[in-house]
Amino acid sequence: MVTLVVNGQQTSVDVDPSTPLLWALREQLKLNGTKFGCGIAQCGACTVHLNGVPVRSCSTPLAAAEGAEVTTIEGVAAPDGTLHAVQQAWIDAQVPQCGYCQSGQLMSAVALLKDNPDPTDADIDAAMRGNICRCGAYGRIRAAIKAAAKA
Amino acid sequence: MGKWTRRGFITAGVLTGGVLAVGVGIREGHRAPKLAGMMTDDGETLINVWVKLDQDNVVTAIVPHSEMGQGVWTSMTQMLADEMDADWDKVTFEQAPAHEAYANYPLGREYLMGDTKVPGFVQDSLNGGFLRIAQSMGLQITGGSTAVRFTGMGGMRIAGAAAREMIVKAAAKEWRVPRSELRTEKSYVFHDGSNRSAPYAAFAEQAGEYAPPTQPKLKTPDQYTFMGKSMPRHDIPAKVNGTAEFGIDVDLPGMKYAAVMGPPVLGSMVERVDDSYATDMPGVVKILNKESFVAVVADGYWQAENALRQLDVTWTKTGAETLNQADIYNQQRAAIDTGKAKKDVAVGNASKATAGAARVYEAEYTVPFLAHAAMEPLNATAWFHDGKIELWSGLQNPLDIRNQIAATMDVNEHDVTVHNVLLGGGFGRRAMPDYPIMAVQIAKDFDHPVKMIWSREEDTQQDWYRPAVVSRFKAGLDEEGMPVSWENVFVEKHDPPEASHIPYKIDNQLIQFAESAHHVRFGPWRSVDHTQHGFFIESFIDELAHEAGMDGYAFRRKLVEHAPRYLTVLDEAAKAADWGRAVPEGRGLGIALVASFGTVVAQVVEVDVTGPEPRVVHVWCAADPGYAMNPDGFIAQIESGIIYGLTAALYGDITIENGAVMQSNFHDYPMLRIDQSPEITVKIINSGARVGGGGEPGTPPIAPALANAVFAATGQRIRKQPIANLNEGLT
Repeated sequence: MVTLVVNGQQTSVDVDPSTPLLWALREQLKLNGTKFGCGIAQCGACTVHLNGVPVRSCSTPLAAAEGAEVTTIEGVAAPDGTLHAVQQAWIDAQVPQCGYCQSGQLMSAVALLKDNPDPTDADIDAAMRGNICRCGAYGRIRAAIKAAAKA
Repeated sequence: MGKWTRRGFITAGVLTGGVLAVGVGIREGHRAPKLAGMMTDDGETLINVWVKLDQDNVVTAIVPHSEMGQGVWTSMTQMLADEMDADWDKVTFEQAPAHEAYANYPLGREYLMGDTKVPGFVQDSLNGGFLRIAQSMGLQITGGSTAVRFTGMGGMRIAGAAAREMIVKAAAKEWRVPRSELRTEKSYVFHDGSNRSAPYAAFAEQAGEYAPPTQPKLKTPDQYTFMGKSMPRHDIPAKVNGTAEFGIDVDLPGMKYAAVMGPPVLGSMVERVDDSYATDMPGVVKILNKESFVAVVADGYWQAENALRQLDVTWTKTGAETLNQADIYNQQRAAIDTGKAKKDVAVGNASKATAGAARVYEAEYTVPFLAHAAMEPLNATAWFHDGKIELWSGLQNPLDIRNQIAATMDVNEHDVTVHNVLLGGGFGRRAMPDYPIMAVQIAKDFDHPVKMIWSREEDTQQDWYRPAVVSRFKAGLDEEGMPVSWENVFVEKHDPPEASHIPYKIDNQLIQFAESAHHVRFGPWRSVDHTQHGFFIESFIDELAHEAGMDGYAFRRKLVEHAPRYLTVLDEAAKAADWGRAVPEGRGLGIALVASFGTVVAQVVEVDVTGPEPRVVHVWCAADPGYAMNPDGFIAQIESGIIYGLTAALYGDITIENGAVMQSNFHDYPMLRIDQSPEITVKIINSGARVGGGGEPGTPPIAPALANAVFAATGQRIRKQPIANLNEGLT
C-alpha cells in the first residue's frame, strides 16, 4: 500500500510498489490523461509532476511517490475548470494534432513556466526536448509557451 | 455553380443516383430505414446520411473518417455546414459507425474513374455500381489524404447543399411562397417579403419526405462562410486537459490486460513456449500460444508485460534467418540487373535517345525501411459477449477491420461492432488489420473484455514498413546539358501509381520497376511511394541541374514551363526563401518539387553543416491544394508532414539483421525533437484547381530538399538515407 497525494487528493494505492507510477495512475486511479509512449523515459508522453518536478512516470516506481505530491494533466486546470494559461495557449495556437503526446508536453511546459516565467528559445529547447511529438507540432509548442509566458 | 465542372459532374452524379445522401438507401429500399434506426434518436429527422437536424435546430454532420489529428472532424463539418448555411454555434458532428452505408463511396468512385468522362445517361448505373465496389472493398479508410478532396468535395458539400434545398422547398410549401423569395442564414429560413422566419428544424420532417435534388447548387468561393476560414478544431479542447479518449484509454468493467510478443523474424510461428516461470508471476491470468504470437493476460498491463519478458519462446525457421539488410539491397540490384523490369511509363524512345545523347549521366539511390512510430503504441480492446464481438480501437479503416474480424472468427459481420476512438497517430499504420484481430483472438478465450497493448518494442519490430528501395537512373544530355532522355528502374511499386512519374518535360522517358520479394511486410507510410520517389527523382533532377551548370531552381523552372501550378509553387518557395542569396559559410539552400495527392508542393531548405550532423535551420514551403478549406489546419498538416519526413530523412533507419528488425525503441530509432526542429514558413496557393489533400503532400519534398541543400553546402551528394550518417560514406 502506497500513500500519496494526487492532484490534491490524499489517496492510497494497493499495488506492487515497484509498479511504474504511470500504470498505477492509469489502472488503479483511472487517470488516463497520462500516456504510455515508450516505457524507457525517451518520449515524455508520461510526464507528471512529482513534488513539482517533471518526471517520466513510466520509469518512476510507485514507491518513489510514497508521501509525495503528484500532479497529472487532470490536475492542471483550476478546480472550477478554468484552464491553466498554458492549456489556453495550446488551444489558441491550435497546438495538438493527434494529441497523444500533449499531456506530457503540457506538463513539461507548465513546469518550465513555473520556474522560469520568461524562457528563452534555449530554455524551451532544454525543458521540452525530452518530449517527442510525432505530428511535429514543435513550432506551435514553442509559440504557445511564449504566449503563455506573456499571459 | 454555373457551368458544370468535372467536380460538378461527379457530385451531381452522386445525387442523381441518390446513393450518397439518401441514395443507396432509398434506391435499394432497405438501407435508409435501417440507417435511420441506427443514427437518429427520438425527435430527430434523418435528412440524409451525411447530416442530421434535430428539433433544437442542431445540425450534426456524420463524419466517415477517423480523427488522428488532421482535423477531419472540423474540415468535414465546416464544408457541410457552409453549404447548408448552418449556424456554426449549433453545428456538431458524430463519428460514423463502421457500417456499409458509410463506405467511402466518393473515394472509391474518384479512384476508379480517374479523369474519365462518363456520358450522363450512364450516371445512374455507375453510381450504384461504384458504391457497391467501394463497399465490397470494405473502404472506410482514412488515408491517401482523401477526406477533404473526396469525401468533403463529393459528399459533405453536396449533402449540405441538398439538405438546404430540401428545407427551403419545405418552407416554400408551408408558407405558400416561391422558393426564389426565400433566403437562408444561420440555420434559419427567411421570407423578407412577409417578414417571416423560422428555424430549419421547423421544416425538418417535411424536408425528409422529399427526394433529394439531383444537382444541388453549390457555392462559389465568394459565397463561402466557413470554407476557407480557419475554424478552430473540434477535437482540441479535450486534448489539453487529459479527457480525450484514445484507444489505449478504453476502460470496461472487469477488463484484463494483455501484453503480446510477435516473431523476431516476421512470418515465423511459435514452435514452443516455456512458461514455467511466468505462469506463477503476480497477476498473471493466462498465457496464450496463438501460433503467430504469444500473449500474457494479467490483472494489470505491467504484470502482463513483466511475465511476457520471462517467457522462453522458440520460433519456427522460415529461411529468412540469414537475411541481412545488405542482402535485400543486393537482391534488388540483381532484380534490376536482370533487365526483366515491367513498364511503368514509356514516352518517346528513351534508349535510342540515350544512345544518341552527347553525354550520359547515371546515379543510384537507396532508402531504408521505416517504421511508423505513432506516439500511441498499438492497442485494441475486445469483448466477446452474448454471441457478439465488440472491439474498441483507433483505426484508419474500421469497416474493413470489422469485416476482417468477422471473416477471421467466422461470424456474421453484423455480429461484430467496431467502436472507433481517437487515434494517437496513424500515418498509415492504423490502416493495417493485424492488431485489432490479435485483440479479438486473445479475448475469445475469456468472457470479460481484454485490452491488448503493444510495447514500444513490439510497435517498432512488428510494423508494416515503408520499404527499403533501390532506384537507378540514367539520363541522356544534349550539348547544353539538358536532358533528352530519362531512364529509371526501381523496385517495390505500390501506391499511388503516379508516384514514380515526373512532371518535367523530357521527351523520351522509360520508367520501369522490378520485383524483388522478401519477408519484411510492406505498409503504407505517410505519402506511401512518394516518400521514396520524391527523394529519388528530386535528387537526380538536382544532379542533372548541376551537370547542366544551372542552379536547381532555374533548371526545374525550365522543365515545368508547361505546367503553371508547378511553376507557381516553385517561384513562391524560391521567393520566400530569397533563393540565390549568399549564405554564410557552412550553410546551403536546396530545393525540391513534388506533387502528391492532388497538391503541388515546393520546398526550400536552409541547412547548417557546421555541427556534428546537418541541422535544418528553416524550411520555406509553397503548397497549392487548389483551395485550402481550413487554412490553419492545412498549414498544420504541411508542418507535420515536413517534420515527419525530416525525421525520416535525418534519422529513420530500420535495418534487418539475421532476418529480424534491429531497432526497438526511441533510443535506437530516434525522432526529431524540438531543439532540432526548423522554423517552417508555409505559403498556401489557392489556385482554384481541383482540391487536393493535406495530410501527406508536405512529406515527399523535404528529404530531397535537405539532400540538395547539403550538396550546396558541402559538394557532397546524398544518395542514401538517413542523412545524419554523413560520415558513413555514400553508396
